[in-house]
Amino acid sequence: MSRTLKSWMMVSPLAAVLLVFLILPIVMIVTVSFWQATEWSIIPAFIFENYEFLFGSPVTYKVFANTFKYAAITWAFTLGIGFTVAYFLAFHVRSLTWQIALFLLCTIPFWTSNIIRMISWIPFLGRNGIANSALMSWGVVDEPLDWLLFSDFAVILAFVHLYTLFMVVPIFNTMMRIDRSLIEAARDAGASGAQILWYVIVPLTKPGIMIGTIFVLTLVMGDFITVRFMSGSQSANVGRLISNDIALLQYPSAAATAVILLITVLLVIAILLRFVDIRKEL
Amino acid sequence: MEPRPRSFYVLAAFFGLFLLFLYGPTITIAILSFQGPAGGLTFPMNGMSLYWFFDLFQEQAVGDIWGSFRRSFALGFMVMVSTVVVSVMGGLAFRHRFAGSTILFYVIITALVIPSILVSLGVGLLFSQSGLEVHWATSGFGAQLTWTLPFGLLIMFAVFNRFDGSFEEAARDLGATPWQVLRHVVIPIIGPSLIGVALFGFTLSYDEFARTLLTAGSYNTLPLEIFGMTTNVTTPVLYALGTLTTLFSFLMIAAFLLLAWISTRRKARKGSDAGKGMV
Repeated sequence: MSRTLKSWMMVSPLAAVLLVFLILPIVMIVTVSFWQATEWSIIPAFIFENYEFLFGSPVTYKVFANTFKYAAITWAFTLGIGFTVAYFLAFHVRSLTWQIALFLLCTIPFWTSNIIRMISWIPFLGRNGIANSALMSWGVVDEPLDWLLFSDFAVILAFVHLYTLFMVVPIFNTMMRIDRSLIEAARDAGASGAQILWYVIVPLTKPGIMIGTIFVLTLVMGDFITVRFMSGSQSANVGRLISNDIALLQYPSAAATAVILLITVLLVIAILLRFVDIRKEL
Repeated sequence: MEPRPRSFYVLAAFFGLFLLFLYGPTITIAILSFQGPAGGLTFPMNGMSLYWFFDLFQEQAVGDIWGSFRRSFALGFMVMVSTVVVSVMGGLAFRHRFAGSTILFYVIITALVIPSILVSLGVGLLFSQSGLEVHWATSGFGAQLTWTLPFGLLIMFAVFNRFDGSFEEAARDLGATPWQVLRHVVIPIIGPSLIGVALFGFTLSYDEFARTLLTAGSYNTLPLEIFGMTTNVTTPVLYALGTLTTLFSFLMIAAFLLLAWISTRRKARKGSDAGKGMV
């Protein structure tokens, strides 16, 4: 049996799942984006109306801009926090057992429910929540702040809360593979701590940062539930635009938006993948 | 040992705050779920009671929680087993380049980065247009696999990147059949990582919301049920449910980690140094 045939037999279940539940659905979305919708049904057609409407509406541009805004701000925070945490774990915690234990502590929330983790911000951020009571008792503010919950602030807080570990994990992984003698060499050559960090560790950690970036950007750009829940339906991103159309059974319109979102996300990823070879970094 | 630099303490404090940020909210709702019957969604506590937990088991208005839990558990189990089997097969195949492997790899990456709602929408449309009924065990199952398989495969790629092929060669030289090599050499060596893959498979499925939203059909999974509650339940019963499912997740994670730890130790005791250097 030829090696190629054997390999394809091994990956056949994988290929079948991806074909039926990924490729065909994408083809379906692209197809439906050219269909026509009435109030209660969708009709096969080949019209560009959905795209014309999408590109003709100022809402689209606003919502896409908003999506990029969320992605950029979340990225900056998750990178800052994620890098610092990974750096601490990789270079300041000395025993491997502790490293693994603390690393697991960081990753456990990833395996629990995102929706519950969002809900759990309510007692903190609400009008009578912990944050407001604390601020008032410290005399920082006179009356409760309204913008803590159901605002862009809450959305970004939740994103950072949910997705920072997608930065921590790949960055920690690359940091652990940095040859420690390089750092020693830098120190012997007279580099200060800050110089070692900036000229040795950061460049060598770039692949991890890129992988984390890919995760965070795609998760934030494709999100619809966090924005809906944490903004109290006051803000919108592209995902919400799609889910609103779905709720109104306007599938062709949802599909057209979905196609544009997919193209945007894949473009971003294509650019990022130029900087990192994922298979080499695993 | 050289003394710790001052930066250590600053970073340790930062790390502590990060953990507080990660776990604080969860701990808060765990405390608040013990509110007295008159208690609200935030502090102060109006007494301590198990009222809301009892409420959770009695109240009919919040929907079919036990049914959805059973479905989520069954689905998580199905996804877990499939993810482990398919990922191992895929990981083994990807050890060598084969015609089409690069394209398949990029399809896997696409599955990982595609917005979940697109999978939900696409699978939903595909099923409805081909006259099939969406059901959590068919369309929901497949939609979730597009999320768990890439994770499983990435782990397997990482494992096989560090795999020392001379163990297999040795086994082959001793006359082992390909199946025996797999069964008695490869699987025992990668065993602890498989537990990791299983953990990903189960928990990602158990908590998945977006990909099941339009593909679960008329029977809700637990995350869908919880999401439904957020829009119409405004009592601590929501926290009680959140606390219970989080507790369940923690138990599952602990079980998986324990299993991984035991199997790593067993491997070590059997005197193999395979997989050393793996973190």
